[in-house]
Amino acid sequence: MPVVSLSRIAQARSGDKGEGSNVGVIARSEEAYRFLKQHLTAEVVKAHFAQVNHGSVQRFEADNMRVLNFLLEDSLGGGGSASLITDAQGKTHGLAMLRLQMDVPQAVLDATPHPA
Amino acid sequence: MTQGKEMVRVANGQGFWGDSILGAVRLTEEGPLDYLTLDYLAEVTMSIMQKLRSRDPKKGYATDFVALIDRILPRMVEKNIKVIANAGGVNPHACKDAIMAVLKKHGQTGIGVAVVEGDDILGQLDALMATGEEFRNMDTGELLRTVRSQVTSANAYLGAFPIAQALDQGAQIVITGRGTDPGLVLGPLIHEFGWKTSDLDQLAAGTVAGHIVECGVQCTGGNFTDWKSIPNMAMLGYPIIEAHRDGTFVVTKHDGTGGRVDRATVTHQLAYEMGDPARYITPDVIADFTSFELEEIGPDRVRVRGVRGLPATDTYKVSMSYEDGWKSVGQLTVSGPDALAKARLCSEVVWKRLEFDGYTYSPEERLVEYVGAGVCHAGMLPADTPEPAEVVLRLGVKGPDREKVARFGSELVPLVTSGPPGVTGFAGGRPKATEIIGFWPALMDKSKIETRVTLFQS
Repeated sequence: MPVVSLSRIAQARSGDKGEGSNVGVIARSEEAYRFLKQHLTAEVVKAHFAQVNHGSVQRFEADNMRVLNFLLEDSLGGGGSASLITDAQGKTHGLAMLRLQMDVPQAVLDATPHPA
Repeated sequence: MTQGKEMVRVANGQGFWGDSILGAVRLTEEGPLDYLTLDYLAEVTMSIMQKLRSRDPKKGYATDFVALIDRILPRMVEKNIKVIANAGGVNPHACKDAIMAVLKKHGQTGIGVAVVEGDDILGQLDALMATGEEFRNMDTGELLRTVRSQVTSANAYLGAFPIAQALDQGAQIVITGRGTDPGLVLGPLIHEFGWKTSDLDQLAAGTVAGHIVECGVQCTGGNFTDWKSIPNMAMLGYPIIEAHRDGTFVVTKHDGTGGRVDRATVTHQLAYEMGDPARYITPDVIADFTSFELEEIGPDRVRVRGVRGLPATDTYKVSMSYEDGWKSVGQLTVSGPDALAKARLCSEVVWKRLEFDGYTYSPEERLVEYVGAGVCHAGMLPADTPEPAEVVLRLGVKGPDREKVARFGSELVPLVTSGPPGVTGFAGGRPKATEIIGFWPALMDKSKIETRVTLFQS
Protein backbone atom coordinates (compact mmCIF):
# COMPACT_ATOMS: atom_id res chain seq x y z
CA MET A 1 0.00 0.00 0.00
CA PRO A 2 1.28 3.50 -0.77
CA VAL A 3 2.47 5.56 2.18
CA VAL A 4 1.09 9.11 2.00
CA SER A 5 0.67 12.09 4.31
CA LEU A 6 -2.79 12.44 5.79
CA SER A 7 -2.95 15.76 3.90
CA ARG A 8 -3.37 13.77 0.65
CA ILE A 9 -6.82 12.54 1.74
CA ALA A 10 -7.94 15.04 4.41
CA GLN A 11 -8.02 18.68 5.48
CA ALA A 12 -7.93 19.99 9.05
CA ARG A 13 -8.72 22.95 11.32
CA SER A 14 -7.68 23.33 14.93
CA GLY A 15 -8.03 25.67 17.89
CA ASP A 16 -8.00 25.80 21.68
CA LYS A 17 -10.53 24.18 23.96
CA GLY A 18 -9.63 24.89 27.59
CA GLU A 19 -6.20 23.43 28.37
CA GLY A 20 -6.31 21.27 25.26
CA SER A 21 -6.89 21.59 21.56
CA ASN A 22 -9.72 20.64 19.22
CA VAL A 23 -8.50 19.17 15.92
CA GLY A 24 -11.12 18.56 13.24
CA VAL A 25 -10.11 16.27 10.36
CA ILE A 26 -12.18 16.63 7.19
CA ALA A 27 -11.98 13.74 4.69
CA ARG A 28 -11.62 14.77 1.05
CA SER A 29 -13.98 11.98 -0.15
CA GLU A 30 -16.51 9.45 1.17
CA GLU A 31 -13.97 6.67 0.56
CA ALA A 32 -11.33 8.56 2.51
CA TYR A 33 -13.80 9.12 5.35
CA ARG A 34 -14.64 5.43 5.56
CA PHE A 35 -10.91 4.58 5.61
CA LEU A 36 -10.11 7.21 8.27
CA LYS A 37 -13.03 6.21 10.46
CA GLN A 38 -11.42 2.80 10.69
CA HIS A 39 -7.74 3.76 10.84
CA LEU A 40 -7.40 7.25 12.29
CA THR A 41 -8.14 6.15 15.83
CA ALA A 42 -7.64 8.08 19.06
CA GLU A 43 -4.65 5.79 19.78
CA VAL A 44 -2.97 6.62 16.46
CA VAL A 45 -3.47 10.35 17.09
CA LYS A 46 -2.21 10.09 20.67
CA ALA A 47 1.02 8.45 19.45
CA HIS A 48 1.46 11.03 16.66
CA PHE A 49 1.14 13.94 19.13
CA ALA A 50 3.26 12.26 21.84
CA GLN A 51 5.66 15.23 22.16
CA VAL A 52 2.89 17.85 21.98
CA ASN A 53 -0.01 16.42 23.98
CA HIS A 54 0.46 15.15 27.54
CA GLY A 55 -3.11 14.01 28.15
CA SER A 56 -5.71 11.71 26.69
CA VAL A 57 -7.22 11.90 23.19
CA GLN A 58 -10.96 11.67 22.55
CA ARG A 59 -12.52 11.12 19.13
CA PHE A 60 -15.97 12.16 17.87
CA GLU A 61 -17.59 11.46 14.50
CA ALA A 62 -19.82 13.64 12.30
CA ASP A 63 -20.70 11.52 9.25
CA ASN A 64 -22.76 14.30 7.67
CA MET A 65 -19.67 16.51 7.36
CA ARG A 66 -17.12 13.66 6.90
CA VAL A 67 -15.41 14.99 10.03
CA LEU A 68 -13.50 13.17 12.73
CA ASN A 69 -13.06 15.54 15.65
CA PHE A 70 -10.28 15.01 18.16
CA LEU A 71 -9.89 16.57 21.60
CA LEU A 72 -6.28 16.63 22.82
CA GLU A 73 -6.62 17.05 26.57
CA ASP A 74 -3.31 18.69 27.53
CA SER A 75 -1.57 20.13 24.48
CA LEU A 76 -1.21 23.87 25.14
CA GLY A 77 1.37 24.10 27.91
CA GLY A 78 -1.29 25.00 30.48
CA GLY A 79 -3.66 26.89 28.21
CA GLY A 80 -4.85 30.48 28.14
CA SER A 81 -2.59 33.12 29.58
CA ALA A 82 -0.73 30.60 31.78
CA SER A 83 0.98 29.03 28.78
CA LEU A 84 4.51 30.01 27.78
CA ILE A 85 4.67 28.06 24.52
CA THR A 86 4.52 29.59 21.04
CA ASP A 87 1.36 27.80 19.92
CA ALA A 88 -0.69 28.33 23.07
CA GLN A 89 -3.95 28.14 21.07
CA GLY A 90 -3.22 24.94 19.14
CA LYS A 91 -3.61 26.81 15.85
CA THR A 92 -0.95 24.62 14.19
CA HIS A 93 -2.25 21.27 15.45
CA GLY A 94 -4.42 20.78 12.35
CA LEU A 95 -1.39 20.91 10.08
CA ALA A 96 0.53 18.78 12.59
CA MET A 97 -2.19 16.16 12.23
CA LEU A 98 -1.89 16.27 8.43
CA ARG A 99 1.81 15.36 8.66
CA LEU A 100 0.82 11.86 9.82
CA GLN A 101 2.13 9.18 7.44
CA MET A 102 -0.42 6.48 6.62
CA ASP A 103 -0.64 3.33 4.50
CA VAL A 104 -3.59 4.12 2.25
CA PRO A 105 -5.07 1.63 -0.26
CA GLN A 106 -4.71 2.70 -3.90
CA ALA A 107 -8.50 2.47 -4.36
CA VAL A 108 -8.99 5.15 -1.67
CA LEU A 109 -6.39 7.39 -3.31
CA ASP A 110 -7.98 6.92 -6.74
CA ALA A 111 -11.37 7.95 -5.37
CA THR A 112 -10.01 11.03 -3.58
CA PRO A 113 -9.25 14.30 -5.39
CA HIS A 114 -5.76 15.73 -4.97
CA PRO A 115 -5.33 18.85 -2.79
CA ALA A 116 -5.97 22.03 -4.75
CA MET B 1 -41.95 46.65 11.07
CA THR B 2 -39.62 43.95 9.85
CA GLN B 3 -41.81 41.12 11.22
CA GLY B 4 -43.03 38.86 8.46
CA LYS B 5 -39.88 38.98 6.30
CA GLU B 6 -39.23 35.76 4.40
CA MET B 7 -35.45 36.02 4.43
CA VAL B 8 -33.08 37.87 6.74
CA ARG B 9 -29.39 38.62 6.18
CA VAL B 10 -27.11 38.45 9.22
CA ALA B 11 -23.35 38.96 8.99
CA ASN B 12 -20.40 38.85 11.33
CA GLY B 13 -17.78 41.54 10.91
CA GLN B 14 -15.63 41.03 14.01
CA GLY B 15 -14.57 37.53 14.97
CA PHE B 16 -12.54 38.22 18.11
CA TRP B 17 -10.85 40.86 20.26
CA GLY B 18 -8.28 42.51 18.01
CA ASP B 19 -9.88 41.64 14.66
CA SER B 20 -9.61 44.15 11.80
CA ILE B 21 -12.05 47.07 11.65
CA LEU B 22 -12.27 46.56 7.87
CA GLY B 23 -14.67 43.60 8.14
CA ALA B 24 -17.51 45.63 9.57
CA VAL B 25 -16.77 48.63 7.37
CA ARG B 26 -16.81 46.54 4.18
CA LEU B 27 -19.96 44.61 5.13
CA THR B 28 -21.94 47.85 5.34
CA GLU B 29 -20.63 48.96 1.93
CA GLU B 30 -20.28 45.86 -0.27
CA GLY B 31 -23.89 44.66 -0.50
CA PRO B 32 -27.26 44.21 1.18
CA LEU B 33 -27.43 43.49 4.92
CA ASP B 34 -30.02 43.52 7.71
CA TYR B 35 -27.95 42.73 10.80
CA LEU B 36 -24.28 43.18 11.60
CA THR B 37 -22.95 41.19 14.57
CA LEU B 38 -19.63 41.92 16.29
CA ASP B 39 -17.75 39.87 18.86
CA TYR B 40 -15.24 41.78 20.99
CA LEU B 41 -14.74 39.48 23.97
CA ALA B 42 -12.16 36.81 24.69
CA GLU B 43 -11.80 35.02 27.99
CA VAL B 44 -8.95 37.21 29.22
CA THR B 45 -10.65 40.39 27.99
CA MET B 46 -13.19 40.48 30.82
CA SER B 47 -10.46 40.49 33.44
CA ILE B 48 -8.57 43.30 31.68
CA MET B 49 -11.80 45.28 31.42
CA GLN B 50 -12.57 44.84 35.13
CA LYS B 51 -9.13 46.23 35.89
CA LEU B 52 -9.66 49.24 33.61
CA ARG B 53 -13.05 49.90 35.19
CA SER B 54 -11.67 49.74 38.74
CA ARG B 55 -9.26 52.56 37.79
CA ASP B 56 -11.83 54.61 35.85
CA PRO B 57 -15.63 54.06 36.20
CA LYS B 58 -16.10 55.22 32.59
CA LYS B 59 -13.98 52.37 31.20
CA GLY B 60 -14.29 48.58 30.93
CA TYR B 61 -15.82 48.15 27.47
CA ALA B 62 -14.53 47.76 23.89
CA THR B 63 -13.60 51.26 22.77
CA ASP B 64 -12.93 49.94 19.23
CA PHE B 65 -16.71 49.59 18.86
CA VAL B 66 -17.27 53.30 19.43
CA ALA B 67 -14.72 54.19 16.75
CA LEU B 68 -16.39 51.71 14.40
CA ILE B 69 -19.90 53.15 14.87
CA ASP B 70 -18.48 56.62 14.26
CA ARG B 71 -17.19 55.34 10.92
CA ILE B 72 -20.16 53.24 9.70
CA LEU B 73 -23.08 55.25 11.12
CA PRO B 74 -24.06 56.98 7.84
CA ARG B 75 -24.33 53.60 6.05
CA MET B 76 -26.16 52.00 8.98
CA VAL B 77 -28.81 54.68 8.87
CA GLU B 78 -29.08 54.77 5.07
CA LYS B 79 -29.51 50.98 4.80
CA ASN B 80 -31.29 50.50 8.14
CA ILE B 81 -28.68 47.99 9.31
CA LYS B 82 -29.03 46.89 12.92
CA VAL B 83 -25.90 46.22 14.95
CA ILE B 84 -25.51 43.69 17.76
CA ALA B 85 -22.23 43.75 19.68
CA ASN B 86 -20.95 42.29 22.94
CA ALA B 87 -18.81 45.44 23.18
CA GLY B 88 -20.31 46.31 26.58
CA GLY B 89 -17.69 44.20 28.34
CA VAL B 90 -18.08 44.76 32.08
CA ASN B 91 -19.48 48.29 31.68
CA PRO B 92 -22.25 48.26 29.03
CA HIS B 93 -23.79 51.54 30.23
CA ALA B 94 -20.52 53.40 29.77
CA CYS B 95 -20.34 51.90 26.29
CA LYS B 96 -23.91 53.06 25.62
CA ASP B 97 -23.03 56.59 26.82
CA ALA B 98 -20.08 56.70 24.42
CA ILE B 99 -22.30 55.50 21.54
CA MET B 100 -24.92 58.14 22.42
CA ALA B 101 -22.22 60.81 22.17
CA VAL B 102 -21.33 59.55 18.67
CA LEU B 103 -25.00 59.62 17.60
CA LYS B 104 -25.28 63.17 18.91
CA LYS B 105 -22.14 64.22 17.08
CA HIS B 106 -23.65 62.95 13.82
CA GLY B 107 -26.98 64.68 14.59
CA GLN B 108 -28.83 61.35 14.59
CA THR B 109 -31.92 61.45 16.80
CA GLY B 110 -34.49 58.77 17.51
CA ILE B 111 -32.11 55.83 17.20
CA GLY B 112 -32.78 53.11 19.78
CA VAL B 113 -29.80 51.80 21.72
CA ALA B 114 -30.43 48.85 24.04
CA VAL B 115 -28.30 47.48 26.85
CA VAL B 116 -28.48 43.80 27.84
CA GLU B 117 -27.30 43.08 31.39
CA GLY B 118 -27.22 40.34 33.97
CA ASP B 119 -24.14 38.43 32.87
CA ASP B 120 -21.75 40.15 35.29
CA ILE B 121 -22.01 38.24 38.59
CA LEU B 122 -18.72 39.36 40.16
CA GLY B 123 -20.53 41.45 42.78
CA GLN B 124 -22.94 38.63 43.67
CA LEU B 125 -20.41 35.83 43.80
CA ASP B 126 -20.40 35.40 47.59
CA ALA B 127 -24.18 35.67 47.80
CA LEU B 128 -24.50 33.02 45.09
CA MET B 129 -22.01 30.76 46.89
CA ALA B 130 -24.10 31.19 50.06
CA THR B 131 -27.12 29.79 48.16
CA GLY B 132 -25.15 26.62 47.42
CA GLU B 133 -23.45 27.41 44.12
CA GLU B 134 -20.02 25.75 44.31
CA PHE B 135 -18.74 26.92 40.92
CA ARG B 136 -16.74 23.73 40.54
CA ASN B 137 -14.09 24.04 37.84
CA MET B 138 -15.49 22.16 34.83
CA ASP B 139 -12.03 20.88 33.86
CA THR B 140 -10.50 20.02 37.25
CA GLY B 141 -13.51 19.59 39.56
CA GLU B 142 -11.99 21.94 42.15
CA LEU B 143 -14.20 24.22 44.27
CA LEU B 144 -14.09 27.95 43.59
CA ARG B 145 -13.32 28.74 47.21
CA THR B 146 -9.73 27.57 46.66
CA VAL B 147 -9.10 30.65 44.47
CA ARG B 148 -12.03 32.89 45.54
CA SER B 149 -9.82 35.70 46.85
CA GLN B 150 -7.97 35.93 43.50
CA VAL B 151 -11.08 36.17 41.27
CA THR B 152 -11.04 39.28 39.08
CA SER B 153 -14.05 38.73 36.82
CA ALA B 154 -17.10 36.44 36.70
CA ASN B 155 -19.59 36.41 33.84
CA ALA B 156 -22.35 34.06 32.75
CA TYR B 157 -22.72 33.32 29.06
CA LEU B 158 -26.24 34.63 28.38
CA GLY B 159 -28.32 33.33 25.50
CA ALA B 160 -30.04 34.92 22.51
CA PHE B 161 -33.49 35.76 23.91
CA PRO B 162 -32.48 39.01 25.69
CA ILE B 163 -31.03 40.21 22.35
CA ALA B 164 -34.32 39.38 20.60
CA GLN B 165 -36.17 41.26 23.34
CA ALA B 166 -34.00 44.34 22.76
CA LEU B 167 -34.80 44.22 19.04
CA ASP B 168 -38.52 43.71 19.80
CA GLN B 169 -38.38 46.99 21.74
CA GLY B 170 -37.08 48.76 18.63
CA ALA B 171 -33.33 48.94 19.18
CA GLN B 172 -31.07 49.57 16.19
CA ILE B 173 -27.95 49.04 18.27
CA VAL B 174 -27.81 46.31 20.90
CA ILE B 175 -24.94 46.36 23.41
CA THR B 176 -24.35 43.29 25.55
CA GLY B 177 -21.76 41.99 27.95
CA ARG B 178 -20.80 38.31 28.00
CA GLY B 179 -23.06 36.04 25.95
CA THR B 180 -22.58 33.09 23.65
CA ASP B 181 -21.03 33.92 20.29
CA PRO B 182 -23.75 32.14 18.25
CA GLY B 183 -26.38 34.04 20.26
CA LEU B 184 -25.41 37.26 18.48
CA VAL B 185 -26.79 35.70 15.26
CA LEU B 186 -29.62 33.68 16.81
CA GLY B 187 -31.02 36.77 18.60
CA PRO B 188 -32.11 38.64 15.46
CA LEU B 189 -33.59 35.44 13.97
CA ILE B 190 -35.73 34.91 17.09
CA HIS B 191 -36.88 38.52 16.75
CA GLU B 192 -37.63 38.32 13.02
CA PHE B 193 -39.32 34.93 12.94
CA GLY B 194 -40.92 34.89 16.38
CA TRP B 195 -39.25 31.60 17.33
CA LYS B 196 -40.18 30.35 20.82
CA THR B 197 -38.07 28.49 23.40
CA SER B 198 -39.86 25.34 22.27
CA ASP B 199 -38.83 25.75 18.59
CA LEU B 200 -35.79 23.59 19.21
CA ASP B 201 -34.85 22.78 15.61
CA GLN B 202 -35.02 26.45 14.60
CA LEU B 203 -33.01 27.58 17.64
CA ALA B 204 -30.44 24.89 16.83
CA ALA B 205 -30.33 26.05 13.19
CA GLY B 206 -29.69 29.65 14.28
CA THR B 207 -26.98 28.36 16.63
CA VAL B 208 -25.25 26.42 13.84
CA ALA B 209 -25.48 29.53 11.64
CA GLY B 210 -23.95 31.60 14.43
CA HIS B 211 -21.14 29.09 14.92
CA ILE B 212 -20.30 29.17 11.19
CA VAL B 213 -19.88 32.96 11.08
CA GLU B 214 -18.60 33.65 14.61
CA CYS B 215 -14.95 33.73 13.54
CA GLY B 216 -15.57 35.96 10.54
CA VAL B 217 -13.62 34.96 7.44
CA GLN B 218 -12.60 31.59 8.87
CA CYS B 219 -15.60 30.20 6.91
CA THR B 220 -14.85 32.01 3.64
CA GLY B 221 -11.25 30.93 3.02
CA GLY B 222 -9.25 32.24 5.96
CA ASN B 223 -7.09 29.66 7.78
CA PHE B 224 -8.02 27.09 5.11
CA THR B 225 -5.94 23.92 4.53
CA ASP B 226 -5.65 24.34 0.73
CA TRP B 227 -4.67 28.00 1.03
CA LYS B 228 -3.16 28.22 -2.46
CA SER B 229 -6.63 27.74 -3.94
CA ILE B 230 -8.14 30.78 -2.18
CA PRO B 231 -8.56 33.78 -4.49
CA ASN B 232 -7.89 37.35 -3.33
CA MET B 233 -6.94 36.63 0.29
CA ALA B 234 -6.44 40.35 0.97
CA MET B 235 -10.12 41.03 0.35
CA LEU B 236 -11.73 37.88 1.80
CA GLY B 237 -15.48 38.38 1.88
CA TYR B 238 -17.06 38.41 5.34
CA PRO B 239 -19.73 35.74 5.88
CA ILE B 240 -23.45 36.37 5.57
CA ILE B 241 -26.27 34.09 6.68
CA GLU B 242 -29.47 34.23 4.63
CA ALA B 243 -31.90 32.75 7.13
CA HIS B 244 -35.44 31.51 6.60
CA ARG B 245 -38.35 31.06 8.98
CA ASP B 246 -38.21 27.24 8.93
CA GLY B 247 -34.57 27.24 10.06
CA THR B 248 -33.03 26.57 6.64
CA PHE B 249 -30.21 28.98 5.84
CA VAL B 250 -27.61 29.74 3.19
CA VAL B 251 -24.02 30.76 3.96
CA THR B 252 -22.70 33.28 1.44
CA LYS B 253 -20.68 36.49 1.02
CA HIS B 254 -21.05 39.70 -0.94
CA ASP B 255 -20.45 39.58 -4.72
CA GLY B 256 -16.99 40.57 -5.90
CA THR B 257 -15.23 39.91 -2.60
CA GLY B 258 -12.29 37.51 -2.20
CA GLY B 259 -12.24 34.02 -0.80
CA ARG B 260 -14.73 31.23 -1.34
CA VAL B 261 -17.82 29.74 0.29
CA ASP B 262 -18.16 26.04 -0.43
CA ARG B 263 -18.69 22.81 1.45
CA ALA B 264 -15.03 22.65 2.44
CA THR B 265 -14.61 26.21 3.74
CA VAL B 266 -17.86 25.96 5.74
CA THR B 267 -16.98 22.52 7.12
CA HIS B 268 -13.59 23.86 8.27
CA GLN B 269 -15.36 26.34 10.50
CA LEU B 270 -18.00 23.88 11.68
CA ALA B 271 -15.19 21.64 12.94
CA TYR B 272 -13.49 24.54 14.74
CA GLU B 273 -13.73 24.25 18.56
CA MET B 274 -16.64 21.88 18.02
CA GLY B 275 -16.16 19.44 20.90
CA ASP B 276 -18.82 16.72 20.91
CA PRO B 277 -20.70 17.36 17.65
CA ALA B 278 -23.88 15.68 18.87
CA ARG B 279 -24.15 18.00 21.86
CA TYR B 280 -23.18 21.60 21.14
CA ILE B 281 -24.52 23.22 24.30
CA THR B 282 -25.77 26.81 24.58
CA PRO B 283 -28.19 28.34 27.09
CA ASP B 284 -30.89 28.33 24.38
CA VAL B 285 -30.67 24.81 22.98
CA ILE B 286 -28.41 21.79 22.47
CA ALA B 287 -27.61 21.75 18.76
CA ASP B 288 -26.84 18.45 17.02
CA PHE B 289 -24.04 19.11 14.53
CA THR B 290 -24.41 15.57 13.15
CA SER B 291 -27.99 16.15 12.04
CA PHE B 292 -27.87 18.52 9.09
CA GLU B 293 -27.09 18.44 5.40
CA LEU B 294 -24.67 20.79 3.58
CA GLU B 295 -25.31 21.47 -0.09
CA GLU B 296 -23.56 23.70 -2.62
CA ILE B 297 -26.45 25.41 -4.42
CA GLY B 298 -24.48 27.98 -6.44
CA PRO B 299 -21.19 29.84 -6.57
CA ASP B 300 -20.28 30.89 -2.99
CA ARG B 301 -23.60 29.57 -1.67
CA VAL B 302 -23.91 26.66 0.77
CA ARG B 303 -27.34 25.66 2.08
CA VAL B 304 -27.73 24.07 5.51
CA ARG B 305 -30.95 22.26 6.33
CA GLY B 306 -32.32 19.66 8.66
CA VAL B 307 -30.65 20.94 11.86
CA ARG B 308 -32.03 19.22 14.96
CA GLY B 309 -32.10 20.60 18.48
CA LEU B 310 -32.59 19.20 21.99
CA PRO B 311 -33.94 21.07 25.03
CA ALA B 312 -31.47 23.38 26.77
CA THR B 313 -29.94 22.46 30.11
CA ASP B 314 -30.93 24.29 33.32
CA THR B 315 -27.47 25.77 33.83
CA TYR B 316 -25.48 28.73 32.53
CA LYS B 317 -21.81 28.40 31.82
CA VAL B 318 -19.85 30.93 33.86
CA SER B 319 -16.44 32.17 32.86
CA MET B 320 -14.26 33.49 35.67
CA SER B 321 -10.74 34.82 35.67
CA TYR B 322 -8.35 34.92 38.59
CA GLU B 323 -4.82 36.02 39.42
CA ASP B 324 -2.64 32.97 38.88
CA GLY B 325 0.95 34.16 39.29
CA TRP B 326 3.52 35.72 36.96
CA LYS B 327 5.30 34.92 33.74
CA SER B 328 8.05 36.31 31.57
CA VAL B 329 9.05 35.28 28.05
CA GLY B 330 11.84 36.64 25.88
CA GLN B 331 13.59 35.77 22.67
CA LEU B 332 16.85 36.18 20.79
CA THR B 333 17.76 35.22 17.26
CA VAL B 334 20.79 32.99 16.78
CA SER B 335 22.29 32.84 13.27
CA GLY B 336 24.25 29.96 11.75
CA PRO B 337 26.60 28.31 11.25
CA ASP B 338 25.60 25.83 13.95
CA ALA B 339 22.53 27.87 14.91
CA LEU B 340 20.86 25.11 16.88
CA ALA B 341 23.98 24.08 18.83
CA LYS B 342 24.67 27.72 19.73
CA ALA B 343 21.06 28.30 20.78
CA ARG B 344 21.29 25.26 23.06
CA LEU B 345 24.45 26.66 24.62
CA CYS B 346 22.76 30.06 25.12
CA SER B 347 19.89 28.40 26.97
CA GLU B 348 22.30 26.49 29.23
CA VAL B 349 24.27 29.67 29.95
CA VAL B 350 21.16 31.60 31.03
CA TRP B 351 20.00 28.95 33.50
CA LYS B 352 23.56 28.51 34.90
CA ARG B 353 24.00 32.24 35.50
CA LEU B 354 20.62 32.46 37.21
CA GLU B 355 21.50 29.45 39.36
CA PHE B 356 24.82 31.12 40.31
CA ASP B 357 22.78 34.04 41.64
CA GLY B 358 20.47 31.76 43.62
CA TYR B 359 17.55 31.53 41.19
CA THR B 360 16.51 28.03 40.12
CA TYR B 361 13.39 27.17 38.18
CA SER B 362 11.84 23.71 37.95
CA PRO B 363 11.25 22.15 34.50
CA GLU B 364 7.50 22.90 34.91
CA GLU B 365 8.29 26.56 35.58
CA ARG B 366 10.47 27.16 32.55
CA LEU B 367 10.27 27.11 28.78
CA VAL B 368 12.95 26.50 26.18
CA GLU B 369 11.99 26.64 22.51
CA TYR B 370 14.17 26.64 19.40
CA VAL B 371 11.74 28.24 16.95
CA GLY B 372 12.65 27.18 13.43
CA ALA B 373 13.83 23.75 14.50
CA GLY B 374 10.42 22.08 14.86
CA VAL B 375 8.65 23.63 17.85
CA CYS B 376 5.02 23.53 16.68
CA HIS B 377 5.26 20.01 15.26
CA ALA B 378 7.75 18.47 17.68
CA GLY B 379 8.43 14.82 16.97
CA MET B 380 6.59 14.87 13.63
CA LEU B 381 9.24 16.08 11.18
CA PRO B 382 11.02 13.72 8.77
CA ALA B 383 14.45 12.54 9.99
CA ASP B 384 16.19 14.17 7.02
CA THR B 385 14.89 17.67 7.81
CA PRO B 386 17.88 19.99 7.29
CA GLU B 387 19.26 22.10 10.13
CA PRO B 388 17.80 25.64 10.07
CA ALA B 389 20.00 28.56 8.93
CA GLU B 390 18.95 30.48 12.04
CA VAL B 391 16.93 29.80 15.16
CA VAL B 392 14.83 31.99 17.42
CA LEU B 393 15.63 31.04 21.01
CA ARG B 394 12.55 31.56 23.18
CA LEU B 395 13.04 31.26 26.92
CA GLY B 396 10.47 31.82 29.63
CA VAL B 397 9.58 31.22 33.26
CA LYS B 398 6.44 31.34 35.37
CA GLY B 399 5.55 31.07 39.03
CA PRO B 400 3.90 32.71 42.02
CA ASP B 401 6.91 34.91 42.96
CA ARG B 402 7.00 38.08 40.89
CA GLU B 403 10.57 39.02 41.78
CA LYS B 404 11.89 35.58 40.86
CA VAL B 405 10.08 35.69 37.53
CA ALA B 406 11.35 39.21 36.81
CA ARG B 407 14.95 38.25 37.66
CA PHE B 408 15.04 35.86 34.72
CA GLY B 409 14.49 38.69 32.24
CA SER B 410 17.76 40.39 33.04
CA GLU B 411 19.94 37.42 31.99
CA LEU B 412 18.72 37.12 28.40
CA VAL B 413 19.96 40.26 26.65
CA PRO B 414 23.55 39.99 28.06
CA LEU B 415 24.03 36.93 25.83
CA VAL B 416 24.60 39.29 22.91
CA THR B 417 28.10 40.01 24.21
CA SER B 418 28.67 37.07 26.54
CA GLY B 419 27.59 34.05 24.52
CA PRO B 420 28.53 32.44 21.20
CA PRO B 421 28.76 34.71 18.12
CA GLY B 422 25.78 35.61 15.93
CA VAL B 423 23.25 36.40 18.66
CA THR B 424 20.93 39.29 17.81
CA GLY B 425 17.30 40.46 17.77
CA PHE B 426 17.14 41.93 21.27
CA ALA B 427 15.33 45.11 20.19
CA GLY B 428 12.47 44.54 22.64
CA GLY B 429 14.92 44.90 25.53
CA ARG B 430 14.48 43.07 28.82
CA PRO B 431 11.40 40.85 29.03
CA LYS B 432 9.10 41.97 31.86
CA ALA B 433 7.10 39.95 34.36
CA THR B 434 3.40 40.02 33.46
CA GLU B 435 0.41 38.69 35.34
CA ILE B 436 -1.03 35.28 34.48
CA ILE B 437 -4.79 35.43 34.26
CA GLY B 438 -6.21 32.02 35.13
CA PHE B 439 -9.44 30.87 33.58
CA TRP B 440 -12.11 29.13 35.67
CA PRO B 441 -15.06 27.66 33.78
CA ALA B 442 -18.06 26.58 35.87
CA LEU B 443 -21.80 25.99 35.72
CA MET B 444 -24.57 27.61 37.75
CA ASP B 445 -28.34 27.40 38.16
CA LYS B 446 -30.02 29.45 35.41
CA SER B 447 -32.89 30.60 37.60
CA LYS B 448 -30.54 32.64 39.80
CA ILE B 449 -29.68 35.08 37.04
CA GLU B 450 -31.98 37.88 36.01
CA THR B 451 -31.33 39.44 32.63
CA ARG B 452 -32.32 43.07 32.02
CA VAL B 453 -32.93 44.87 28.74
CA THR B 454 -33.10 48.67 28.75
CA LEU B 455 -33.82 50.82 25.71
CA PHE B 456 -32.48 54.38 25.27
CA GLN B 457 -33.27 56.84 22.47
CA SER B 458 -30.77 59.23 20.94
